[in-house]
Amino acid sequence: MKNPSNESTGTVAGAHLDDQSKPLRRLLHLAEEYNLVLLFLLLFATLSFVVDHFFSVDNMLGLALAVSQIGMVACTMMFCLASRDFDLSIGSTVAFSGVLCAMLLNTTDSIFVGVGVSLLAGALIGFVNGAIIAYLRINALITTLATMQIVRGLAFIASKGQAVGINNEEFIILTGRSFLGISMPIWITLICFILFGILLNKTVYGRNTLAIGGNPEASRLAGINVERTRVWIFAIQGAVAALAGVILASRITSGQPNSAQGFELNVISACVLGGVSLMGGRATISGVLIGVLIMGTAENVMNLLNIDAFYQYVVRGAILLGAVLVDQLRNRGSRD
Amino acid sequence: MSAYLQFNGITKSFPGVKALDHVSFSADAGTVHGLLGENGAGKSTLLKILSGQYQPNQGELLIGGKTRHFANAAEAIAAGVAIIHQELQYVPYLSVAENLLLGRLPNRLGFVRAGEAMKFVSDRLKTMGVSLDPTTKLKYLSVAQRQMVEICKALLQDAQIIALDEPTSSLSHRETEILFRLVKDLRAHGKTLIYVSHRLDEIFELCDAATIFRDGRTVVSHKNLVGVTREQLVSEMVGREIKDIYDYRARTLGAPRLNVQALEGRKLTKPASLSVCQGEILGVFGLVGAGRSELMRLIYGADKKRGGQIILDGVPLKIRRPSDAIRHGIVLCPEDRKEEGVIPIRSVSENINISCRRGYLRWGLFVDSQREAKTADTFIKTLRIKTPHRRQLIRLLSGGNQQKTILARWLAESELRVVILDEPTRGIDVGAKNEIYRIIYQLAERGCAVIVVSSELPEVLGISDRILVMRGGQISGELAREEANEEKVLGLALPAEEIAR
Repeated sequence: MKNPSNESTGTVAGAHLDDQSKPLRRLLHLAEEYNLVLLFLLLFATLSFVVDHFFSVDNMLGLALAVSQIGMVACTMMFCLASRDFDLSIGSTVAFSGVLCAMLLNTTDSIFVGVGVSLLAGALIGFVNGAIIAYLRINALITTLATMQIVRGLAFIASKGQAVGINNEEFIILTGRSFLGISMPIWITLICFILFGILLNKTVYGRNTLAIGGNPEASRLAGINVERTRVWIFAIQGAVAALAGVILASRITSGQPNSAQGFELNVISACVLGGVSLMGGRATISGVLIGVLIMGTAENVMNLLNIDAFYQYVVRGAILLGAVLVDQLRNRGSRD
Repeated sequence: MSAYLQFNGITKSFPGVKALDHVSFSADAGTVHGLLGENGAGKSTLLKILSGQYQPNQGELLIGGKTRHFANAAEAIAAGVAIIHQELQYVPYLSVAENLLLGRLPNRLGFVRAGEAMKFVSDRLKTMGVSLDPTTKLKYLSVAQRQMVEICKALLQDAQIIALDEPTSSLSHRETEILFRLVKDLRAHGKTLIYVSHRLDEIFELCDAATIFRDGRTVVSHKNLVGVTREQLVSEMVGREIKDIYDYRARTLGAPRLNVQALEGRKLTKPASLSVCQGEILGVFGLVGAGRSELMRLIYGADKKRGGQIILDGVPLKIRRPSDAIRHGIVLCPEDRKEEGVIPIRSVSENINISCRRGYLRWGLFVDSQREAKTADTFIKTLRIKTPHRRQLIRLLSGGNQQKTILARWLAESELRVVILDEPTRGIDVGAKNEIYRIIYQLAERGCAVIVVSSELPEVLGISDRILVMRGGQISGELAREEANEEKVLGLALPAEEIAR
């Protein structure tokens, strides 16, 4: 009964509603469309008044920096979930690419080689995931669960279980650079959101991804090369995860084989918070952005309030469950 | 004898379709009541209301003189209603006994008392006169035996009303006889039986009374079938003149367009060859499982070929996947609209443009949303797709309008040479059927080769220039329009032992 113009779940620019619809209806539709945004703004405004030091430029930048890695990978995870798959191996990819980048930097002393090869390695891991899932038709859960462990193992083997320190000063200050007062990781994340937003809404790749998630067999019979699209989705995801790993390595000045454990679950949580359906076919880039920001804000506020880290796990889980429950209630009745 | 089961003015609407419109009839205990009607006439919807899967918008259901409202299937079962669906519901890896006692296995502290279950079931099977080993897993049984298990389950649940939905559609002659004996036995025990079938012979052999459905309404309810003729039933079922629905006009045929030579696939028992000319409508008929859809999917590249060649306008093609076929102007509207046709949670516009958009991309990547909107609006208008706007989710449309949307997807292609339609009118109402036939004729007039797969015999006879008949995974014969009639087509479609009957 709700959501009559649900197609716009896929449009960033939102509901271009029919010209003939009445202004009030239009407003309601917009509210429906953007209720996640409204919810977040409400939360944000409340926190700004209630929590000391929350609403300050420094804190905002810190918040954005804290979620920048999750944010960029959430963009590609959105594609993955939208096509009815998911990827558990990204946390391991982050760690592996960080270690690889650190080792390459120490041997070649070339940022280009270190970063370039790491990104390629990430893309290769993604490609293997995608090819196994699409062509050998192994379930995505099993496949990425396996590669998650394999890649984590490779990270430990390559580093002999030790953190690999980085001596390349230039690489270390790279992520410390800022433009217009905003540091580089945040810029990269913003670019990711814009880029993948355009990809989702304006390109065949994005439309096909949503169609595949909506009904894979029908998509294939409609002439979409489902297998190839899936491989692309995973390969891009791998490359972006590697980018996140490289940035992390630069920030912590070393490649850590045991870093980013549980990262994949945080990324999937952010997507689900942003209204991405695990059943595939439904995803918006604005939703994912909000999901990431909600996660970041919650963590930031808990830190400002000095809440014990152990409790933070409980709160994070509760937020996720609550958000999904609200979404479920909202959609009840509009489903079969 | 008073009516045990009674429907009074039952009405059920779905978005865009009135599936049942004031349906009334009654069935007595100790009789078999036949339900007849074309596909989409409302028989299945009625059974779903009887079994509690659907709730009527209007009207009442009386069992044993008492008004009953079933909120769900469990309530209907508790009230003694059992439905034997065409698609049987069973757990293949469990034994007969476990299937029969599913959900109420005798147990002690959660541990199944297997011996007790086996003994109970084998005793009951014996009293029912059914010879089945209760320890056999269902996957090792034939379709007929599984059906038997299903009927036994109904009896174990103490069902008083048992409805059978086209139970013989996948049974052999001998199995059918066994089923009939069982049904007659149940009747003698005072059960109320509802029997849905397309096969008039069965209705006459088995049923005491019959109700005929058309377009969601009861046309007539015969309290007694004695003296009712076959012809009378057919005319009541079809209603209007058949000519009127199909409105066939002869066309001149062009050069050979599609030539399929010795195509082999996993589900074909023999290599299949066929050819279609420009402007020709080829009807393909066969029973369920005859391999019609499989052959079409092979041509389209949806399934893997094991051999054979496809020649289009004299040029041999390599078709490995559907996108190859589409690029050459060969398209398929799949049989199972819901599973293979529509992307349910996307809009009408998306569903139309999903394939043709590759023809007008900007910089090879970006979709042209203005042009897509125009394409969608054009087809919504010309095909009269009933939707509030192009952004409506396709799953909210009626079956007929979904089918038209899928047709629009292919009509939007810049070059169409071969159009394959697999059961294009299944489950859609007569009005929409007529419009789909009109689209088929227009395609043929444009010079397309059209292949229409259908299990509705009147439809195949009504619209085809030529009819290809399949049986048991192979092509069993071909008939020109002039020489084709119901007997000849059925003769080619039915297994040999069925004809002897």
